Amino acid sequence: MNIGDKLQAIGKVTLNRFERVGRGSLFLWQILLSLPYLIQRPFLLVRQLYYVGVQTLLIILVAGLFVGMVLALQAYIVLVDFGAEDSISLMVSLSILRELGPVFTGLLFAGRAGSALTAEIGLMKSTEQLSGMEMMAVNPMQYIIAPRFLAGVIAVPLLTSIFMAVAIMGGYFVATEMLGIYEGVFWSQMQVNVDFYADLMNGMIKSLVFGIVVVWIAVFEGYDCMPTSEGLGQATTRTVVHGSLAVLGLDFILTALMFSV
Amino acid sequence: MNTRNIEILVGAFVVMAIVAMVMLSLKVSNLASYGGDTDSYEIQAQFENIGGLKERSPVSAGGVRVGKVSAIQYNNEEFTAVVTMQIEGGYQFPIDTAASILTAGLLGEQYIGLDPGGDEEVLAEGGEIDITQSALVLEQVIGQFLYSKAQEE
Repeated sequence: MNIGDKLQAIGKVTLNRFERVGRGSLFLWQILLSLPYLIQRPFLLVRQLYYVGVQTLLIILVAGLFVGMVLALQAYIVLVDFGAEDSISLMVSLSILRELGPVFTGLLFAGRAGSALTAEIGLMKSTEQLSGMEMMAVNPMQYIIAPRFLAGVIAVPLLTSIFMAVAIMGGYFVATEMLGIYEGVFWSQMQVNVDFYADLMNGMIKSLVFGIVVVWIAVFEGYDCMPTSEGLGQATTRTVVHGSLAVLGLDFILTALMFSV
Repeated sequence: MNTRNIEILVGAFVVMAIVAMVMLSLKVSNLASYGGDTDSYEIQAQFENIGGLKERSPVSAGGVRVGKVSAIQYNNEEFTAVVTMQIEGGYQFPIDTAASILTAGLLGEQYIGLDPGGDEEVLAEGGEIDITQSALVLEQVIGQFLYSKAQEE
């Protein structure tokens, strides 16, 4: 194998990657163009909200509760050495609102709902349901993809706010019942130091960005998968891996933009 | 599952998220204190050194929170720090009130403590506190202590 072949191989891989990114961007543009169609058919959106939102709720509730409780326990161990255990509520609430709420919800959503979206759309493509729809002059972008995309984008910030509230309640329970922090101290420390715009709203903006990216990756991988059982498996794996990596990478960029001095 | 049940569950989901959001806004963050801005008034005080005071630091009188620091500027003619405080409308202080920068706990955050005087006239919008006490800077205190020790010997 001479050097020309090796260069060609590198070039081919690069071009394929860029082509995929380009296809994904065009796909997103098509989704956005199809969204107005949902105004006439809101029941499509409600049904998808049930599948991606309500069915993800349980894992979000359980994860949020335990994250909040563990955070309170760990924070107490460090803070009690400095006699600063009254700040436990501040530490729990800021880490939840700024980082853990949006990131955890994004990761769990990619695993629970994103993989299901990819598998569903991929199977529709493999069994030629999507081309069958086109035959009947039903646009699958409008009927299948757009409601799933919009439902996911709406569901992630809603799930994030539920996660945050449950996690803080979990932290509250551990701090007051197990660790003996006074209830009034717990809430007042939090209210004085947590800012509505700087902390809570920035966290919600993060969750909106994560929602858009994760759902975009999920529907694109499903729509773009190889129509075989092996290709479907690979596409589902890629959704979870790429979705999670995108959440973590974007979280760093957004944190640097929002919170760095 | 039929459409009605799905719609009920989605409705419950959305209501739950809204309740969570309201709880986060009012109970966890300081949104409630934004609402009181309308009937609050601003007063100013000049300090030689404000230490680690920041915007949004609390202003308290007798340990009760009565307002917050809304702006910090530097007066380049008198070489002092000008601190603007936003006091909630329900509280009024005499014009000979003293303001000092205190620290919560040994290493805690810094806040402004107001010590009311005895005058009958009260501070209004734009009023200024004349009697101020700067922040305690640990390095300076240690420096003075060492200096006085050296003089004794």
